[in-house]
Amino acid sequence: MANPALARSSAGVTAVTSNDPVVQVCDVCKNYRDVEALRGINLEFERGKLTTLLGPSGCGKTTLLKIIAGLVPATSGEIRVNGRAVTGPGPERAFVFQDFALMPWATVLRNVAFGLELKGVVSAERNRIARRYIEQVGLAGFEEKYPHELSGGMRQRVGIARAFAVNADVLLLDEPFSAVDEQNRRKFQEDLLRLVEQEKKTFIFVTHSIEEAVYVSDRIVLLSPRPGRISQVIDPMIDRSASPDDIRRDAGYLDVVEEIWQGLRQYAE
Amino acid sequence: MTLFGTRIPMMTSLIFWLLVWEIVGQLELMFLIPPVTSIIAAGIDLVQTGSWQSASMITLRSFVYGMALSIVVGVPLGVLMGRVKVIDNICGLWVNMFVSAPLSALVPILMILFGLGETTVFVTVFLFAVWIIVLDARAGVMQVPTSLVEMGRSYGASRWTIFTKIILLSALPEILAGIRIGLIRGVKGVVIGQILVSVIGYGELFELYSRNFDMERFWALTMLLFVVAMLLSAGVEHFEKRIEYYAGAR
Ligand SMILES: Nc1ncnc2c1ncn2[C@@H]1O[C@H](COP(=O)(O)OP(=O)(O)O)[C@@H](O)[C@H]1O
Ligand SMILES: [Mg+2]
Repeated sequence: MANPALARSSAGVTAVTSNDPVVQVCDVCKNYRDVEALRGINLEFERGKLTTLLGPSGCGKTTLLKIIAGLVPATSGEIRVNGRAVTGPGPERAFVFQDFALMPWATVLRNVAFGLELKGVVSAERNRIARRYIEQVGLAGFEEKYPHELSGGMRQRVGIARAFAVNADVLLLDEPFSAVDEQNRRKFQEDLLRLVEQEKKTFIFVTHSIEEAVYVSDRIVLLSPRPGRISQVIDPMIDRSASPDDIRRDAGYLDVVEEIWQGLRQYAE
Repeated sequence: MTLFGTRIPMMTSLIFWLLVWEIVGQLELMFLIPPVTSIIAAGIDLVQTGSWQSASMITLRSFVYGMALSIVVGVPLGVLMGRVKVIDNICGLWVNMFVSAPLSALVPILMILFGLGETTVFVTVFLFAVWIIVLDARAGVMQVPTSLVEMGRSYGASRWTIFTKIILLSALPEILAGIRIGLIRGVKGVVIGQILVSVIGYGELFELYSRNFDMERFWALTMLLFVVAMLLSAGVEHFEKRIEYYAGAR
């Protein structure tokens, strides 16, 4: 299989390394009582890149992301961020939740500023920063609205703006677009790529959509079904200078999608 | 409400029944049902008497104290039960038993414990109101979405901050709903307590009027209580609506 779009594709990998890792996952295993969710995960996430965790539902993507976030303790193994082992959440990581996790009693502005509020940033300063990110995610004019007045897509923009506002090095996104309809999803993916470009941060992104993964990722880590293990690592090498529609028609793009599908097919049967 | 295609205002039905009552009263069919107009006249007369005013003071005082204690005890207990498994296990059975128990049956025991006075009425109000406040506060903190708590943790909130800024606020609509139902139960408690004690407050008045077959004043007092209970409930409901507005679709 000689696919120019695939820089590296290996089956049954046990460790994935990178040149300048910001997050390292070392031998992480996770059991929920008698359910083995993750087994022997070794991964490195390169600074400034967008890495996607892709796999069937229930394979442990959310679990792995929450272990990295420090929200869920690993049964064994270790997470290092900027070389230091971490045991809980920290200011260098920000989480975007699948169900948005917005406070229904607070306005968009207060929700976006909440991370800064918790850090003790004074009101004028945090509102200024929050307004900037609200504008960046395309919600200018909605500052004083409440979450229930917004559509699902707009709510997730609030969640993303909140994560950006705390200026973390690493953004952890758990299926952020799963509650968004198909048309808005594409728009979202394009906006995400623009933000990745602008913000120069490391993104760890979870999805179960192959197309979405190939479209947005610098690297895709395929997880096998329970217990979750790394089954394949793919660098799609998509030329993102082309227009979104051209990329989606590009032969290289379609080949990678097909390649991943073949990889996952064995689990579907 | 519409009748023969024309809209009839809500009050019409009330006025209609009051009219029927008035006619039945004027016919003097039963001494139990005096005409509405004389009930109203008796009511206006009643509120000016010293005995009504002091009875109202007693009623109001035992109601306010009883409710205040129910809220001060009920909300924290419910919140604790929702957050701490051990406390939930210890108290859960009792709270669930009392919330649906016929508490009027306990009032005679309270009379033995606290005497034939205001204290018994105050404790009755408390016992009527507190359990539903506990249960709703508990339900409120238990339904706080896990992701909202994780959100707080991931942005570095301390446990205390998560409790005050996320859990309590998230539970506020349920806590208020519990207090509203508690208020209505408290009104029942204050009336039933006084009637059973029957030597103070409205209980004494009810006892006096029914013994003397003073039906005008009896009905006047009953209607006053109904109106007050309705106004109270409407007031809290109005406040709750404003809270629910931003609690919105969760
Ligand atoms: N809190 C939990 N308690 C018990 N089992 C859990 C818990 N969270 C997840 N699991 C189990 O772990 C596995 C992985 O879950 P998850 O990480 O949510 O998968 P994914 O996000 O890939 O769909 C699933 O089988 C799930 O049932
Ligand atoms: Mg998941």
